[in-house]
Amino acid sequence: MVKILKYSFFDLIRSRWSLIYFLFFAITATSLLYLSNDTSRAIASLMNIIIVLCPLIGTMFGVMYYYNSREFAELLLAQPIKRSSIFLGQYLGLSISLTLSFVLGMGIPFVFYGILGSVEFANFAVLLLAGSMLTFTFVALAFVIAIKNENKIKGFGLAIVVWLFMAVLYDGLFLLSLFIFEDYPLDKFSLVMTVLNPVDLARILIMLQLDISALLGYTGAVFNKFFGTSMGFILTLICAILWIIVPVFGLNRLAGKKDF
Amino acid sequence: MKRILIILLCTWLASFTSDAATLEVCKGCTYQSIKAAIATAKSGDTVIVKKGTYKEGNIEIRKPLVLVGEGFPVVDGENDSEIFTIYADSVTISGFQIQNVGTSYTVDRAGINVVKSDHVVIKNNKLINTFFGIYLQKSKHNLIENNEIIGEAEEEMSSGNAIHLWYCKNIRIENNTLKKHRDGIYLEFVDSSRIVNNVSEGNVRYGLHFMFSNHDEYIDNTFRDNGAGVAVMFSRYILMDNNLFDHNWGTTAYGILLKEIYDSEIINSTFKKNTTAIYGESATRMKIHNNTFEQNGWALRLLGSCMDNTIKGNNFYSNTFDVTTNSSRNYNEYSGNYWDEYTGYDLDKDGVGDVPYHPVKLFSYIVTKSESSIVLLRSLFIDILNFAEKVTPVFTPATLVDEKPQMKPVL
Repeated sequence: MVKILKYSFFDLIRSRWSLIYFLFFAITATSLLYLSNDTSRAIASLMNIIIVLCPLIGTMFGVMYYYNSREFAELLLAQPIKRSSIFLGQYLGLSISLTLSFVLGMGIPFVFYGILGSVEFANFAVLLLAGSMLTFTFVALAFVIAIKNENKIKGFGLAIVVWLFMAVLYDGLFLLSLFIFEDYPLDKFSLVMTVLNPVDLARILIMLQLDISALLGYTGAVFNKFFGTSMGFILTLICAILWIIVPVFGLNRLAGKKDF
Repeated sequence: MKRILIILLCTWLASFTSDAATLEVCKGCTYQSIKAAIATAKSGDTVIVKKGTYKEGNIEIRKPLVLVGEGFPVVDGENDSEIFTIYADSVTISGFQIQNVGTSYTVDRAGINVVKSDHVVIKNNKLINTFFGIYLQKSKHNLIENNEIIGEAEEEMSSGNAIHLWYCKNIRIENNTLKKHRDGIYLEFVDSSRIVNNVSEGNVRYGLHFMFSNHDEYIDNTFRDNGAGVAVMFSRYILMDNNLFDHNWGTTAYGILLKEIYDSEIINSTFKKNTTAIYGESATRMKIHNNTFEQNGWALRLLGSCMDNTIKGNNFYSNTFDVTTNSSRNYNEYSGNYWDEYTGYDLDKDGVGDVPYHPVKLFSYIVTKSESSIVLLRSLFIDILNFAEKVTPVFTPATLVDEKPQMKPVL
């Protein structure tokens, strides 16, 4: 598995797309930092970009990479290698290379700006962590979709729908349910709803680190209390990890069963 | 006739002051305690207190005296008693360091307590850890100037106010620094008073708190980092001019909290980084003109009960929400403001945008309808909704509109 991981990783790192992805984040982060002159505000603006883009790029790259490397995978399948290690290797290779582009692209401007040792470092770390988590989750989801669908168009379509659902529609349903159940105490409910969607989870985690959390008022206080305790933190972490492990497990199972 | 009267009055006053004696208080002086000096002093005398520490419990002043501290003599209440209590008119207290009054849950003890006395002057004092700093009750024509009042308040229950006025008239409060109390300045039934150039910061509750007070002015003050900002309630004819409301930040903090206030003006003020810059409940006939709102969570939060207010010539920069209301109707007038999110154009180049601006975003409307939906703040879905609503307003009050949005910030 490590060999395949290595191969995928270096193959991707050399590709033009990784560089573009890296440059995109590097340029955005740099320009935001120098325009706002305030790390806290730059982090707040980057948050908006990350919670939309990391999942989108993750899904798109995932689906694309699977379809593109399908022939290579078939070639490998003819060898005496475990199926799980082929696909897991590819998955990890892609996720790690995307995360690396993301972390370096964001990290380098911030390091030059002096984030190391500044008070904002924890906030920035949460930002990076959230972005990485989103990448791992959505690449896994993309692989699952791609393995399930031989038809490329269908696979792409489904991947976009999944992204759209998580990033946009879910919040719409969330809002709708808040209105429908207006008469009930909704703090616990919104907490659960947030934890169940990786995009929302990332958004809230970053926002609670920032100044704007004061805007969240009473609900924000409930959230802060939850995420502030070690219990809340562990639960969040478990949820985030589950959002990676469950799709990866599914991917493994599907790859094992699939008739190539 | 009038002139003669004035001259007579002046000569009378002059003779009066020339009669006045000066008494000195210090370790080696005739008077070793402030109390002793006060006891022998006659009306109009000056008591000069030299540098040193005086622990004399409660000092009562029942005749018009001038008390002057030299080199900030320390008057200590040893956490057990009120310090100066003034029962006479025309008393002046200046240059003291008054400290350690101590918390009491039964009496409102103060560093300087003025009871039913007029023309009292309190200036250039330092008050440290005085439960209530300066307390005026049923007094008129007093001046509180250049004092530094620093408390150690941690919670509302066990703390007092830096300057507390109750049933007063014609008071001037100028150039004071007020820190770490429950309220920086508290006014209840106080009329025709001026509060100028004070700095009120780090107070547990409000930087300034008005209750049932009319015809007052507060000008050039700074309110920073207070637990809940400034509250103006049940008052009429208040002028709020050129104040700075800075970083009153917290889940229930406000720049100004308005409740049942009529015919007042908020002008030329700057609101920066407050959770809610102006929150209005039943605020009526207010003029909110020429203010700058910068980086606030909510800039204006006027509930449906606010009527006939005019909001003109203000600047709105980088606020999360510019205007919110919980009503689908609008009874206030918005005109000639600068909105940084305005995207219209100005073909005739007269500086006024040709497209009216609707400052209420759909999300702010949603949030006032259902509080908990604020958790969706900064979600992509919300941005899309806001955009759709901006193109064709359906939910947000269609009449809440600035017909003359400015293209450039109003100076």
